[in-house]
Amino acid sequence: MSGMIINGKTGDWEVICGLEIHCQIISKSKMFSGGSTHYGSDANENVSFVDAGMPGMLPTLNEQCVRQAIKTGLGLNAKINKYSEFARKNYFYADLPQGYQISQFKYPIVGEGSVSIDLADGTTKEIGIERLHIEQDAGKSIHDISPTKSFIDLNRAGVGLMEIVTKPDFRSPEEAGAFLRKLRSIVRYLGTCDGNMDEGSMRCDVNVSVRKVGEDGYRTRNEMKNVNSVKFVMQAIENEARRHVETYENGGTIEQETRQFDPSTGTSRVMRKKEFAHDYRYFPEPDLLPLVLSDELLAEVKADMVELPDAKKARFVKDLGLTDYDAMVLCENRETAEWFEKAAKGHDAKKVANWMMGDFFAMLNEKKIGLEESPITPENLGKLVDLITSNVINGKTAKDVFVLMAETGDAPDKIVEEKGLKQVTDTGAIEAVIDTVLANNPDNVAAYKAGKVALMGWFVGQVMKESKGKANPAMVNQLLAKKLA
Amino acid sequence: MAIDTETVKRIAFLSRLKIENDKIQATEDEFNKILDWVEQLKEVNTDNVEPLISVNENCLSLRVDEVTEGNQSEAVLANAPMKEYGYFAVPKVVE
Repeated sequence: MSGMIINGKTGDWEVICGLEIHCQIISKSKMFSGGSTHYGSDANENVSFVDAGMPGMLPTLNEQCVRQAIKTGLGLNAKINKYSEFARKNYFYADLPQGYQISQFKYPIVGEGSVSIDLADGTTKEIGIERLHIEQDAGKSIHDISPTKSFIDLNRAGVGLMEIVTKPDFRSPEEAGAFLRKLRSIVRYLGTCDGNMDEGSMRCDVNVSVRKVGEDGYRTRNEMKNVNSVKFVMQAIENEARRHVETYENGGTIEQETRQFDPSTGTSRVMRKKEFAHDYRYFPEPDLLPLVLSDELLAEVKADMVELPDAKKARFVKDLGLTDYDAMVLCENRETAEWFEKAAKGHDAKKVANWMMGDFFAMLNEKKIGLEESPITPENLGKLVDLITSNVINGKTAKDVFVLMAETGDAPDKIVEEKGLKQVTDTGAIEAVIDTVLANNPDNVAAYKAGKVALMGWFVGQVMKESKGKANPAMVNQLLAKKLA
Repeated sequence: MAIDTETVKRIAFLSRLKIENDKIQATEDEFNKILDWVEQLKEVNTDNVEPLISVNENCLSLRVDEVTEGNQSEAVLANAPMKEYGYFAVPKVVE
């Protein structure tokens, strides 16, 4: 049960939320022109006359954007519509040079689907997808350079977007947060969107309403536009739901309006009321014929699909013996999962996972580097685990070897060889060390024999110290117990 | 369906068209004439008939994903009434 219940004065309220997410499509050129999608170019350098809305220019649809949308649709377990149409959504804004956005309305390219989210209590929940349609992005307005003017950069105008609309299935901020993380993970696995909310390549509109527990139907909802982090989305839902409950309980009503979320205060304010709401006057785009997907194209995209996070996670649990939690952490992004698989190949996967999620991630954090810059290769981490499981080194020595690997990038077997770190598993050699330790500490031997059994740990420590950490701890324990009996 | 004065004003606002007050009645009449004519078409039964978007039977052809245009900001900005630092400059837009 992950639903959020607000205990009001008049009873318990439940939160209803749906999301609309705009994902920028990864492609070289724009959706309807040959302008570049490159981010960070000089102002207006990636603008074609189509993007600038010059009269007489005609849009031509980019095949890659279509493939990316189909791929994402498959990733959302959704129905791909072989027939879809483009429509004009009309509104005036300075960064929309055509005066309309080419979008899809009645016939989107992707229909209903569902995504499974993982919740903190270990359960999963299915979130319904209403549709996914493709459309073009607007340009960017910059308001903070001049006090009297806004500056417009059309480099982003015409870049492909996928708008993903969920069903109103979220019952708590937590569920919405889990969905956004899952969606981000899916599009990143697929390579269809980079999922960076802070750079605006994934943007989220949040719809919130509340109703009394047990009530049927939905009450009036409010929409908050462009909330740009998972944390803010969760905060926006919680605060908006509380505002609704408070309003209803004080005898007020909620009017349908679009609101702007302010991250600095965590609250939202009215952007536009319904009476001023945009009337987009959609109509079929006369410049583009209907989009009909061929069986060949669909088959090609299907053949190009990668294993998605859920499937990978299930396989890691079933075939590699990882816990659900380990598998979830390692599968959140594709690079991490692939690095792990390389490291685990032919070695003890569970141990590799422990090393990766422990010392390895800590090392990356400490060095402030990403996976791809790691001095330790996946093959070498696998070898390190092998050296432990085959008793060549003990766990304590392994920690030291790991530090050296991170410093030098050397293979663990080379380090063990060069530094003479092989653990001593020769009974005679260990016995000799034990004899020395016992001979040097007759008082403690007497105390132990008199019943102070806790001294066993101290003896083990002394023997390990004397062997410079190379003795096999299990054998030390066993032989000591025998000698002191 | 008939268009009233408020609807004319609203459509004018949405289309950013300035209609002088003394032209509103005439515009309203024109709208209604067009709608009356369209009304006649409703006499035909169109149940289960999908709207015809185009008489062209072809479907959309797709373009290969290649960058073919760009680096022409001067040309793009050539007709802009105001430009600064390579941007289009417009009166401050604050929603």
